[in-house]
Amino acid sequence: MCGIVGLFIKNPEMEKDLGKHLSGMLIEMSERGPDSAGVAIYHDPVPAGSAKLTVLAPDEDYSWHELHDGLKHVFGDDAEVIHHRDQAVIKVAASPALAQNWIQESHPELRVNGAGEVIEIFKDKGSPADFIDNFGLEDYSGTHALGHTRMATESAITTEHSHPFSTGLDLCLVHNGSLSNHNRLRQELRKKGISFETDNDSEVAAGYLAWRMQEGDSLDEALQNGLKDLDGFYTFAVGTDDGFAVVVDPIGCKPAVMAETDDWAAMASEFRAIATLPGVENARIWEPVPTRIYSWHRG
Amino acid sequence: MTNFDLKDNTVRDLNQALHQDSADKAEFVVSNSNGKHSIAVGAMYDSTVTVDGHAGYYCGGMNQNANITINGNAGSGCAENIMSGTVRVKGNASQYCAATGQGGLVIVEGDTSSRCGISMKGVDIVVGGSIGNLSAFMAQSGCLVVCGDAGEALGDSAYEARFYVGGKVASLGADCIEKPMEDEHRAQLKELLEAAGMGDVDTSGFKRYGSARRLYNFNIDNAGEY
Repeated sequence: MCGIVGLFIKNPEMEKDLGKHLSGMLIEMSERGPDSAGVAIYHDPVPAGSAKLTVLAPDEDYSWHELHDGLKHVFGDDAEVIHHRDQAVIKVAASPALAQNWIQESHPELRVNGAGEVIEIFKDKGSPADFIDNFGLEDYSGTHALGHTRMATESAITTEHSHPFSTGLDLCLVHNGSLSNHNRLRQELRKKGISFETDNDSEVAAGYLAWRMQEGDSLDEALQNGLKDLDGFYTFAVGTDDGFAVVVDPIGCKPAVMAETDDWAAMASEFRAIATLPGVENARIWEPVPTRIYSWHRG
Repeated sequence: MTNFDLKDNTVRDLNQALHQDSADKAEFVVSNSNGKHSIAVGAMYDSTVTVDGHAGYYCGGMNQNANITINGNAGSGCAENIMSGTVRVKGNASQYCAATGQGGLVIVEGDTSSRCGISMKGVDIVVGGSIGNLSAFMAQSGCLVVCGDAGEALGDSAYEARFYVGGKVASLGADCIEKPMEDEHRAQLKELLEAAGMGDVDTSGFKRYGSARRLYNFNIDNAGEY
């Protein structure tokens, strides 16, 4: 069991409250996932040609100052490091690929959890309520976000095993379910050059989608191919720079509810997460049909 | 009439009230349900319960005697293992609605998702809209009436339950076949729709489905079907 939530703001006036609404949704999904929590928030894009990375350090005492000095030296004085506990958002005037390569080579102790121009990914062990407090989640503004509360069933409870998983620039995946062919698929994807840091099945799904999109698939095509190649039960929500997509496996036994008003569109494992949103009493509410891909994009 | 506002009361408070003698012939209204789980589970007396909003998992589960109405959608496992009485969902019901139900009547005015009536054992289910895949899997007895369409694999491995479908069936499950509509069946369908308050539904296009009885008799010639 796990809980997943997604919120896409349509009314710009609500963007300032994205974090508050996302937090309310995550709290409702605490019972589905008390082990760890994570979010991908899309907000405050860096200028074109710049990069925004979210990195995870080995511990909270990490020397962020040293990293900041290194970044300024290599990428210029306007490099930024904004840290929360053992995680930080880095902004530099360089392409995401260049920035990511530099981090991996100069600071191999850091794990890059997210990369692009908009996305910020935070995740941690522990209850969703603690996570919300520790990362000041309620104060975030933004256009859309995904969240996950994890009840671990097939691999360890660590920050690295927590969702969301990055699947490419400004892309991420949250997953409720379990995959049965992830070991074989992980081996095959490694041969194709996709790297994995954990034995988590959801990371394999993320790696699979990343590989398909590297091969030229659109997000919808990658998800369509996933329906053939990923064996198991799942509800996936995939965040993109301008929206998110939801798909449920052909058997469709993992839950998902969607709702939409003029102000927002939302998905969650259960309605009670959506019940926290303003104007929900007038929302159109439905369950996704298995294998059909639902997506919202900024116009 | 007793009001249970789930902002101020717990679901357990409500359910315990439904388990007391004093619930007999009493009326309960539940507000601020907001998708909470296990609302009005295990009701034992002839009570009237109105849930004024959307319910979460297992609403009306194990119901005996009570008449429960949900003025909204119901989450997974609505009326699971119902014994008697009625559960009416004004909106849509999620997965495995009325699963393993042994008696009583479950009415869904909207649609249900997958596995509606899975392993039903005597409950009658009337759905005003459509139902999802794998519905009535291993259904044993009782009737499932669907005014709209049925998803893939209707009635897979069913025993003696009857399925009446007004719309299209995406596919029939293993050993499920279409059967002739005799007068007896037309009368039963009419009676069930009337009991559900849907007596004005045109029944002329309904078809009946059920078990071909080739699987559960363990005929060795059918070994390939298992």
